[in-house]
Amino acid sequence: MPSRLTGQRGLGDSEIDVSDDGGLQDANAGVDKPPLLEARNIQKHFGRVVALRDGNFALRPNEVHAVVGDNGAGKSTLIKIISGVTHADEGELRINGGPVTITTPREARELGIETVYQDLALADHLDASANLFLGREELLGPPLSWFGFLDKKAMRLRTEEAMRRLKIGIQSVDQPVLSLSGGQRQAVAVARAIAWGRRIVIMDEPTAALGVRESSMVLELIKEVRSQGIAVIMVSHNLPEVFAVADRITVLRLGRTIVTLNTAETTLESVVGMMTGAVAAVA
Amino acid sequence: MAKLEPPTTTDVVAAEDLPTSEETRRQRAFDLLWRSWLFFFLLALIAYFWLTTPPHTFLAGDNFKLIALNTSEVILLAIAETFIIVTAGIDLSIGGILLFAGVCGAKTMLSLSGTHDQVAMGLYPHATRAIAAGVIVCIAAGTMWGLVNGLLITLLRLPPFIVTLGTLGVTFGLSDLISGGTNFFAPVPPSFTNNVGNGKILGLFVPIWVAVVILVIAHVVFHHTRFGRYTAAVGSNEEAARRTGIAVNRHIVEVYTLGGFLAGIAAILDLAIYTNISSASHQTDNLNAIGAVVIGGTSLFGGVGTVLGSAVGAFIPTVTQNGLIIENVQPFWQEVLVGATIIFAVYLDQVRRRRTNR
Ligand SMILES: Nc1ncnc2c1ncn2[C@@H]1O[C@H](COP(=O)(O)OP(=O)(O)OP(=O)(O)O)[C@@H](O)[C@H]1O
Ligand SMILES: [Mg+2]
Repeated sequence: MPSRLTGQRGLGDSEIDVSDDGGLQDANAGVDKPPLLEARNIQKHFGRVVALRDGNFALRPNEVHAVVGDNGAGKSTLIKIISGVTHADEGELRINGGPVTITTPREARELGIETVYQDLALADHLDASANLFLGREELLGPPLSWFGFLDKKAMRLRTEEAMRRLKIGIQSVDQPVLSLSGGQRQAVAVARAIAWGRRIVIMDEPTAALGVRESSMVLELIKEVRSQGIAVIMVSHNLPEVFAVADRITVLRLGRTIVTLNTAETTLESVVGMMTGAVAAVA
Repeated sequence: MAKLEPPTTTDVVAAEDLPTSEETRRQRAFDLLWRSWLFFFLLALIAYFWLTTPPHTFLAGDNFKLIALNTSEVILLAIAETFIIVTAGIDLSIGGILLFAGVCGAKTMLSLSGTHDQVAMGLYPHATRAIAAGVIVCIAAGTMWGLVNGLLITLLRLPPFIVTLGTLGVTFGLSDLISGGTNFFAPVPPSFTNNVGNGKILGLFVPIWVAVVILVIAHVVFHHTRFGRYTAAVGSNEEAARRTGIAVNRHIVEVYTLGGFLAGIAAILDLAIYTNISSASHQTDNLNAIGAVVIGGTSLFGGVGTVLGSAVGAFIPTVTQNGLIIENVQPFWQEVLVGATIIFAVYLDQVRRRRTNR
């Protein structure tokens, strides 16, 4: 499996074009190439609750794309549909212009999409290393691999390496993540997504539990991931952070994606207005 | 890292604070003490029986071998239950599975050994063939029930507690239907008892060897293989396991099937050691197996466990029973003690969890 964790260069798969579309007026129009990932007319109901009534979203290669909106606007739902955790009632997903169905998280992973969930999705009783490699463990060589023997040492070393890159101190990668602080746990989840994501890394509130120092670290990481040719979808309530790293912003309101803006061409105030409905969304 | 004030009350530690080394040291010491209470408890139990029984009875070497022999079966059930409980499940039917497998195995051995009259007179003309078939039947029957439990839990999405309570009733009922509710008219072939139940390798009974070998394998599987890791991951956070692409349902089915398989092996040992089988002698198997696991330090809430701890825990009921028999006391006290100890052990686990979760 090509990835930074296994030491092979798995970055920038050939089909990913990292060229810039450059200076567009409308953030969605005029793209001559199909978007890396596109969600069209996504609808999702939970019983009588409409979580998403019209989700439209286009992710370009090599961009950081923020999804913002009030609580309950449908951000997590949109993300879970892309990462295969939930299924849309209506609508379609496309990757590089071709329709795809993502019915399980595994399928999303196989497409090179990694997610940091809002609830982190860590197995609390396992250590950082086990969590980083959960579902894709490294095994010892044959014949031991036939019995599923884990190469714990290799995984521990790679975890330490990944943690060093995050610059967040974890006394020992052997301790259960249960005993880590909120920031450290978040770091483990972020490290896992970054380590394995080949195409798209999705982060749902990646800095919500973090202190100032860790938050800026995660933001730096997001930029670094982008510089390696990987697109990032970032859900956040923290608009200053969004303006600090995002190239484009999609605003969700009451289950509708009302607009996508170039960060450079908008202001924090107008985004807040669109989130709350005080300002009409004009592209 | 700056040294922090010792944590005062339940103050939430700020996200950027690493636990201080003092904190971890205290945590470690507490953990160690918590883990070893069982050893002290077992030692105290042994010391008690040593002091209250006539000399050279309880503490005699032969008696220890007998205790180990009786424990071999409990250890197998406890290993099965450990894997299951670590997935945050439970198998209340493990004793019923053993009974069902044993009854089917015994019935097979007796039917294939010779005619009813021959066997009743103590002749077993086709013993070897019958034993082989009986052993296979034990394993197949046990594995089958484990599979049934796993499928019901995952396919119907029912709580393990309910499913296995149901199969407990079903297996006990069916066993009594097959056996008539009492011992069979004849014991299993003597060659089986002599070679397996009373057979010795290097001075130790064969069942003890079976238990030790399976214990070692289970320990290695639990701590060093992907199977063991997925077992803990599923019990720790099922949804997280699913999102990382682990086939959670399939794994749960495998764990319960493994449990049934081990109960089938335990049934073979049971027939070999006790030569006959009836539901009356298997009423406390569940209590003993689950007791061994939680007393041994595996959390009923899933995610963490220890196979070796369960094996040590398996000695609590058997040592107690053995000592009480030597003392000529009603062995029912064993159930009282094991039951009370389970409650104590789960309480300790709760306390520990509250500490680690702050
Ligand atoms: N599994 C579920 N079952 C029922 N309703 C759900 C479920 N998941 C989400 N919803 C509902 O769908 C709506 C959108 O939820 P979602 O989690 O996508 O919001 P969000 O934008 O991520 O909010 P937040 O900022 O609080 O994370 C909410 O009204 C929520 O109650
Ligand atoms: Mg959300």
